Amino acid sequence: MRTISVMWLREVKRFIRSKSRIVGSLGQPFLFLIALGYGLGPVFEKAGQGNYLEFIAPGIIGMSIIFSAIFNGMQVIWDRQFGFLKETMVAPVSRLSIMFGRTVGGATVASAQGLLVLILAMLAGFRPVAWIGIAPALITMFLIALLFSSLGIMVASLLRDMQGFQLIMNFLVMPLFFLSGALFPLNNVPAALLMIARFDPLSYGVDALRFFLIGTAAFPLALDLGILLGVTALFLALGSFFFSRIEM
Amino acid sequence: MAAIIEVKNLTKKFGDFVAVKDVSFSVEEGGIFAFLGPNGAGKSTTIKMLTTLLRPTSGSMSINGHDPVIEPDLVRHSFGIVFQDPSLDEDLTALENLELHGALYGVPADILRKRIDELLALVELIDRRNDFVRDFSGGMKRRLEIARGLLHHPKILFLDEPTLGLDPQTRNHLWGYVQKLNNDEGVTVFFTTHYMEEADRVAKEIAIIDHGSIIAKGTSRALRSQTGTETLEDAFLRLTGSGIRDEASSSLDRMRVHGRYWSGGRR
Repeated sequence: MRTISVMWLREVKRFIRSKSRIVGSLGQPFLFLIALGYGLGPVFEKAGQGNYLEFIAPGIIGMSIIFSAIFNGMQVIWDRQFGFLKETMVAPVSRLSIMFGRTVGGATVASAQGLLVLILAMLAGFRPVAWIGIAPALITMFLIALLFSSLGIMVASLLRDMQGFQLIMNFLVMPLFFLSGALFPLNNVPAALLMIARFDPLSYGVDALRFFLIGTAAFPLALDLGILLGVTALFLALGSFFFSRIEM
Repeated sequence: MAAIIEVKNLTKKFGDFVAVKDVSFSVEEGGIFAFLGPNGAGKSTTIKMLTTLLRPTSGSMSINGHDPVIEPDLVRHSFGIVFQDPSLDEDLTALENLELHGALYGVPADILRKRIDELLALVELIDRRNDFVRDFSGGMKRRLEIARGLLHHPKILFLDEPTLGLDPQTRNHLWGYVQKLNNDEGVTVFFTTHYMEEADRVAKEIAIIDHGSIIAKGTSRALRSQTGTETLEDAFLRLTGSGIRDEASSSLDRMRVHGRYWSGGRR
């Protein structure tokens, strides 16, 4: 327990201390909200789909969470590079608890980032359909963060250096985001695209967020949460397996 | 006395390259063992295998009665290590690095506070305890790392070139403290160094490794008489030749360059 909490605390401290990282990571979601929310808003409205800013706000929150969570997972590579990983790998505690502390810490940081984007969206004019939905929305954000934080650690455990990082961003994170239905409604898309989106765990995360924040959803809530929990459990298990097998 | 480290026919291959070749040795409980060799001889690879960071290709090891491959957690309970390369978290303060280590190693809070003060005084960083490690010079980081390695008073202490880049004062302090730990608490010490006079002064037993194989073992006196030389340094040169060795540039070095580029000005 002590191991999990110190590893968690480390992630949180590092986040709070890097002001530039916090501000920097808010720039992109803000741009998406403004440019897409206001830019495509009129078209979206004419097509009879309602307010686009309201629609994409949960998607953009999901985006900032997945970017931040995977990035946090990839911190394992930095720690390998700057040597700190070794310090934790020879410590007489189970690697499972180290991995778990890091994952939960990364997820906490990513959820905090998601919350900041939610506040940002509200400044841009977004209003949740009911305030009571905020609490379950925060829990959903943490679940999404946990899922992708463990995915990030899993991938980082398999990579030895930074070379692969760009590859991961381009072939994993970007498709996960763009094909998830974060930016467009899934009810009327071509069958092939819907099929792909159904295999993307972020689709269900964003869908659940929409349910709690704007009251509409493409899938049943139980399915959303069930898949989030199931995939998180799977990634945590795989992540701990690969993390425990890291060699220096 | 019984052997606390027992290594038999240990071999590690990276692809076609044999880094450690059929190495066998043992270290007695309470001993101070120097593991010497030129750059790239296989010292660090051996230490990594002993400390559960690498799995061997073949051979067997026993650390405090446990096999690092089969029971890594039990082995990790038995030792402390000061690494050759930096392994601090630069985004935390000196104190936070030590506290994190204490928590990982389960040092009780009251003892931890006392030892942190004692060790920070030893390495003369007590005034800098709340400064970020990233603002430290190379020598200061080294000293902090040593303080951290000594924090939990392990049964076995691995020191991989601990005095690299330290001034003579700090080196003296360090070896004084290590000898005291060995004397008072019976901590077994396993170290590598390029300073032969350190090995001569501190080690009770010495092994010399070259090209992955152990080529000589014994006390400093035995090694000198075996080679008919006056000093341990001469004995070492006689045994390993005087050609200069290159260490293969590791993927780590390339990665550092890339990482610096990628993380921008943050580090």
